[in-house]
Amino acid sequence: MSVRPELTSRIEADDSSVGPVLFFFATGVAWLLIGSVFGLIVAFKFSFPEWLGDTPALTFGRLRPAHLNTVIYGWASLALCGVFAWLAVRLCRTTLRWKGLLYVSAVFWNLGVLYGTIELLRGNSAGQEWLEYPTWSWIMITVAAVLFSLSIIKTFRERDVDHIYISLWYMMAAVIWFPLLWVLAHLPIYSGVTQAASNWWYAHNALTVWFTPAGLAAAYYFIPKVIGRPIHSYYLSLIGFWTFALFYNWNGIHHLVGGPLPTWLISVSVVASVLMFIPVIAVAINHHMTMVGHFGKLKSSPTLRFIVFGAISYTAVSMQGSIEAIRAQSEITHFTHYTIGHAHLGLYAFVTMIMFGSIYYIMPRIVKWEWPYPRLIKIHFWLVALGVILYFAAMTIGGVFQGLYMNDAAKPFIDSVEVTRPYLMARSIGGSMMLLGQIVFIYLFSLMLFRKGAFRAMPPWGSKIAEASHPDAPGAEVAS
Amino acid sequence: MYMKVPLFIMGVLATLLIAWAGLTLVPGIQISEIEPPAGLKPYTDQQLRGRAIYIREGCIYCHSQQTRPVGFGADQKRNWGRPSVPGDYLYDNPQLLGTMRTGPDLFNIGARQPSEDWHLIHLYNPRATSPGSIMPPYPWLFREEIEYSDEVLAARGERVVPVPEEYLPPGKVIIATPEARDLAAYLIGLNHTYPLEGEE
Repeated sequence: MSVRPELTSRIEADDSSVGPVLFFFATGVAWLLIGSVFGLIVAFKFSFPEWLGDTPALTFGRLRPAHLNTVIYGWASLALCGVFAWLAVRLCRTTLRWKGLLYVSAVFWNLGVLYGTIELLRGNSAGQEWLEYPTWSWIMITVAAVLFSLSIIKTFRERDVDHIYISLWYMMAAVIWFPLLWVLAHLPIYSGVTQAASNWWYAHNALTVWFTPAGLAAAYYFIPKVIGRPIHSYYLSLIGFWTFALFYNWNGIHHLVGGPLPTWLISVSVVASVLMFIPVIAVAINHHMTMVGHFGKLKSSPTLRFIVFGAISYTAVSMQGSIEAIRAQSEITHFTHYTIGHAHLGLYAFVTMIMFGSIYYIMPRIVKWEWPYPRLIKIHFWLVALGVILYFAAMTIGGVFQGLYMNDAAKPFIDSVEVTRPYLMARSIGGSMMLLGQIVFIYLFSLMLFRKGAFRAMPPWGSKIAEASHPDAPGAEVAS
Repeated sequence: MYMKVPLFIMGVLATLLIAWAGLTLVPGIQISEIEPPAGLKPYTDQQLRGRAIYIREGCIYCHSQQTRPVGFGADQKRNWGRPSVPGDYLYDNPQLLGTMRTGPDLFNIGARQPSEDWHLIHLYNPRATSPGSIMPPYPWLFREEIEYSDEVLAARGERVVPVPEEYLPPGKVIIATPEARDLAAYLIGLNHTYPLEGEE
């Protein structure tokens, strides 16, 4: 049995990321479960407003921010930190540097989210959406984000490559952007409507500078990787990157269309939102042209299935967002469940699905154990994919009706509530499917952590350890 | 791709910082020149305590505090008050403009519902005042009593809530705690129907 030298150094590099990546993934997955349970309770409360209504910590208005903050700062952020740390060693072709900082970062992220969640349930919210965490919580997350970025930047500086792949562009931008954005948003210099502007500049930019670059970095890496051909056009990916950076940072104020802010401010954001068509189409063409002729691989690769679902959702959610920002549509769908559907198309159908796909790829390479029970992976995929589609469809249609009824002064306001009831129930069913799928995922993930479950043959990168640790390992077969 | 790292870093910093300056600092300067409207009163201590409860219980996730102009939604036809302007929010920190209307806009709820009784009954059980409502109840802002004395209640800043018979637990009366009354005071104070300068 022989392993090629470049494979050996890659295994070494991969191995250097094992500890931090597992820490980020495992705790992220735990927050996903907690955050989703919060979310589902919130969803059912729309249909059963008295349910769990006697306990202050379980009231709608406390669970709702607990849900949002847990899934974005707990699940999505920790998962993407894990993906970034792993991609950093792959793309810089070196071992992970300042690893200790990553452990400290992971601990601080988790403490920040834990403390923040407890305080939100106790009613100590800072009051602005996406920025609800109390002071100590955001300070802990600041420390975590800065330390994380330092380690990634150090690894980047020690890179052993001339070619800087597009994923690395997004990733390096994200690790510079996010700590800065996070601190700027928390500066105590805003009040009144300016604070609303900074609030929504932040909330939208959290996607611009953190979650979307992570999703795109992963999609740009895994699609070509899994199908084994280079990305269609480097040139296009660069246009995509810079137009993204230029336009996306200006989008946030479209959340205040029709509100009491200077008109020019809202117009700037609406224009920037529409200009987002350029980077989005650039990315969509690039990914699609890379995939052409290889769609058959969706059947065999769970990673690809999740990532392609995510990449298509990215195109969909971005185009929807551009149109949503336009006044004519905003008049109807602003202030309605439509926006909640849009948010889940972004953070779930796009970001979360890509994180799932990435974890399916990365885990076997760091724990040296193949995913047991491929059927369960399929079940996971279909439950969450259909669940989020149902969720999105219900909220979108329900939201349009809600908006039309709300804007019809001949109808009493309560009609705009009544009309959404069946759609809210459908959303809860979609949400239940998503949670169920995630429970399957968490079960599989736990098996992987402890290298349990049915043994499956490993490709060469895992064979040595698999042979050593598993009596049934068909060593001859795998060391091809 | 070949990357000029210093240029990349400058580009990344510039795209974020210029947008930040353009979207928050510039409007901040523009708005800092605005004087508070003559009719806008600063919050009382009680209203501020109520506002903190509004934040604590997450009212913002279902209620906006901004009224839209004619030609943009039906706020004006629903009589929710004149379109709000930046000056109306000069005393607000944190701002509570909101982005959701599962329930109605509250920017002028004090003008539409000036009665403390109405607000207290509504907070105790939203369906007692608003049939079909899907708002949650807030029982921890209230106490149940079998007997009470008006003097003791008054000394504590509490009062009996005239909850309709069918929503009362049998044999009991519902007492509004000071928290419930603070929140009601804040809601009643949400009244921005004063005229703006130049519009009489």
